[in-house]
Amino acid sequence: MSEGLVTVSYIASTILFILSLGGLSNPETSRRGNAYGVAGMAIAILATLLGPKVSSVVPVIMAMAIGGSVGIIAAQRVQMTQMPELVALMHSLVGLAAVLIGYTSYLDSSIEFVGVEKTIHEVEIYIGIFIGAVTFSGSVMAFGKLSGRISGKPLMLPGRHVINLVGLLAVLWFCNLFLNVESSGSGMLFLLVMTGLALLFGIHMVMAIGGADMPVVVSMLNSYSGWAASATGFMLSNDLLIVTGALVGSSGAILSYIMCKAMNRSFANVLFGAFGGEKAAVSAKSAEGLTTRSVTPEDAAMRIGYARNVIIVPGYGMAVAQAQHTVFEITKLLRERGVDVHFAIHPVAGRMPGHMNVLLAEAKVPYDIVAEMDEINDEFPNTDLSMVIGANDIVNPAAQDDPGSPIAGMPVLEVWKAKTSIVMKRSMASGYAGVDNPLFYKENNRMLFGDAKKMLDEVLTVLRAG
Amino acid sequence: MRIGIPKETYAGEKRVATTPEVATKLIKLGYSVAIEQGAGAGADLSDEAYQAVGVEILPDAASLWASADIVLKVRGPAADGPNEVALLREGGTLASFLWPAQNPALLEGLAARKGTVLAMDSVPRISRAQKADALSSMANIAGYRAIIEAAQNFGRFFTGQVTAAGKVPPAKVFIIGAGVAGLAAIGAANGLGAIVRATDTRPEVGDQIKSLGAEFVPVEYQEEGTGVGGYAKVMSEGYLRAQGEMIAKQCKEVDVVVTTALIPGKPAPRLITAEMVASMQPGSVIVDLAAEQGGNCELTVPGQVVERHGVRIVGYTDLPSRMARQSSQLYATNLLRLLEEMTPDKDGQLVVNMDDEMIRGATVIKDGAITWPPPPPTLSAAPKAAPKAAAAPVEPPKPKLSAATKSLLVLGIGGLALAWLGSVAPPAFMAHLMVFVLACFVGYMVIWNVTPALHTPLMSVTNAISSIIAIGAILQISAPGALMTLLGGAALILTTINMTGGFWVTQRMLRMFRRSE
Repeated sequence: MSEGLVTVSYIASTILFILSLGGLSNPETSRRGNAYGVAGMAIAILATLLGPKVSSVVPVIMAMAIGGSVGIIAAQRVQMTQMPELVALMHSLVGLAAVLIGYTSYLDSSIEFVGVEKTIHEVEIYIGIFIGAVTFSGSVMAFGKLSGRISGKPLMLPGRHVINLVGLLAVLWFCNLFLNVESSGSGMLFLLVMTGLALLFGIHMVMAIGGADMPVVVSMLNSYSGWAASATGFMLSNDLLIVTGALVGSSGAILSYIMCKAMNRSFANVLFGAFGGEKAAVSAKSAEGLTTRSVTPEDAAMRIGYARNVIIVPGYGMAVAQAQHTVFEITKLLRERGVDVHFAIHPVAGRMPGHMNVLLAEAKVPYDIVAEMDEINDEFPNTDLSMVIGANDIVNPAAQDDPGSPIAGMPVLEVWKAKTSIVMKRSMASGYAGVDNPLFYKENNRMLFGDAKKMLDEVLTVLRAG
Repeated sequence: MRIGIPKETYAGEKRVATTPEVATKLIKLGYSVAIEQGAGAGADLSDEAYQAVGVEILPDAASLWASADIVLKVRGPAADGPNEVALLREGGTLASFLWPAQNPALLEGLAARKGTVLAMDSVPRISRAQKADALSSMANIAGYRAIIEAAQNFGRFFTGQVTAAGKVPPAKVFIIGAGVAGLAAIGAANGLGAIVRATDTRPEVGDQIKSLGAEFVPVEYQEEGTGVGGYAKVMSEGYLRAQGEMIAKQCKEVDVVVTTALIPGKPAPRLITAEMVASMQPGSVIVDLAAEQGGNCELTVPGQVVERHGVRIVGYTDLPSRMARQSSQLYATNLLRLLEEMTPDKDGQLVVNMDDEMIRGATVIKDGAITWPPPPPTLSAAPKAAPKAAAAPVEPPKPKLSAATKSLLVLGIGGLALAWLGSVAPPAFMAHLMVFVLACFVGYMVIWNVTPALHTPLMSVTNAISSIIAIGAILQISAPGALMTLLGGAALILTTINMTGGFWVTQRMLRMFRRSE
């Protein structure tokens, strides 16, 4: 295959990738979107393999066979509740691959650059490895946090901003040294030192972020993996990589932006202002002297049974308890009895963007009764019953009422405007933001304490009997 | 311990501090209960009814006070006439309304008896103590009765009717102060079919007023009127003028005015002037619930119904007592709830736990030491309505740079950086850069269209697509050198895991999204 044909194939795969992302705008076309992505990838790889630059095909096929089977097995085995972990883990793979490719590119002596081109090429390698390494270690940390292997609490080192700044300056300084070395041997040393710094940088960055901010982190790492691919493209002078990386990078960046907006915080605030820990002191003021009204599953079932319309608000607690199937059973039963059931999804519910939607889809909840916050928030006043399953901060009225609250101004689902609300929770513990929730003490709110799955199972039993 | 309930000595007071029903529950708490003969007569509760549930009947006040460890009363003990303060046993306990702020001498006198005194009017306004909040119970009754008194004195229907004999317009009722009494009055007036309007200095009660079916008439003036503990506070002069104008306007329009405006520890605010009364239609009625504290209306005569400028002004100070059966029952229950809290072991032994906010608030004298006033409540019962925002439009702090300057600055720096890059970088690099920037914009445009429900599949598909760096790895495997092949191979394995895994799991997820059939 000639160089020209390869380029044409690359153009075709670029278009397919764009169509693939475009296809995801709607559940109807989304499956086709994924197919476009697969096709684009297949064309790109085949064209490269058959192109003039590749001489050894066998090792490529071997490596792809190994990787491919591992990937497919992992994808088949993973549970839908583990999606955030899987995605984080996958980001780390891209990051690591970018690092390896960067090193290989540096070692590659087949192409000689001179003058400015050499400098630019080396800067590209340097940046590519840096982004790749940050993506790698950051994603591994995110994976650890999401899978519970590492505590979700933000780790606040004293003077962490200074540490970051010094690290960044050191990276820049080493870049300068790296560009001015004589022999490639000592250049390698600087690259390795920088890689070490970048790895620490990634770890430190994610460690400082609390569990509730995970949706931002995951989408940010998604963005990084794209930029890493783009940097690799610059390094190898390959437009396909540049374009695809840029698509992925901007996609992740937009997702991060959407998530930040959903929490009414700036990106810098999420990255450097870590939620969790430091705000805990603020919460002390409320709860005292207020009472909650707790109910039994039977009582909850009665209230659900008498409602004409119900809005269900799922949160991370539903994912942890794996309660989505029971939720669907209840939904089905209620819909058969003519009750109007809707789901309200807050943009940052769960641990990654769209997490709740995937879980509900897995439980076969039809997507046309699953609404976004903006679509459904006005409906609460006309609703008989709102049911909050394992969510806390995203239904906290303090975000609207209490200007002193750490989450003030964050858009929230106004469940308290329904005639009655039932909150299912394991305990009275506060959410990740560490803020007390006045919703629990409201006159028209009832608490149903216990594991969401167990409680909902009991509710379902009573509903079926009645 | 023994609980004693004397007959109320205040002239015209018909209430009694416990009912047979509540007495049963007191006995269950481990107490023995005795009442003075005829104590319940005013509330239509016979001695026999008490006797039937195991309450002892004592013939006179002296023997009752002498034998009781705990005395429950409605009104505070009288100091003149039958001196009840002197009757209180040394070291005994008394629970009643007391108004310690208004009656310092009474407080001193009681302290000299070395006992413990619980003032029912001092129960703090916290959610947990609502069950013992006798003021609210009494205010509720007063508000209801105010409307009944108004109807009694008003010569027309409350509800509008169209009859064969002509059309009757509904009465218009205006209620000033939407506390417990005001809200009860709104409910009662609404129930009778009147058109109800209400006002209050605290803007956040507007919703409560509307929820009872009345129209909220706010004062058109920016000032926050919520004081500590959900009560109203004294307002500024400018506010009062605006309020006066509003009330004057309402007086001309409505048939019945019920005033319930009280500020704790202060004389009642004068809201209705003689002039306003004169401006009302003849036959109108004013019920002044604040008569005992001096009245909200200038012409109110406490305890009486008077006619001024053709308007009847009801100044009764004993509205709860006029519904003695009901108020006795509610008051007795409030007392019971307080005693329940103070009898943790249900063994008839009273424990004054001063660490409990509710008990601390109610206790004004403990073992002869005056413990009034209590520390301020830690939590306001009223919702916090935007405190500063409403006060005055605050100038937003001026940013150091305006938004336009900022974006110009960013553009300028970005442009300079690009210009520098363009002057040094080779054309091949610039071509790549152009592709890169365009791709970023394409991505930006495409991604905004993705529905939030598909954000997770979007992430996994973009993640799979980012495996495009496999191309780089494939190219490098062919480069000379075993190390290169090895590194490239490792990178390729990693990216392929990501690629196949990503696409596969995306497909798995997308298959699950379905419409309802």
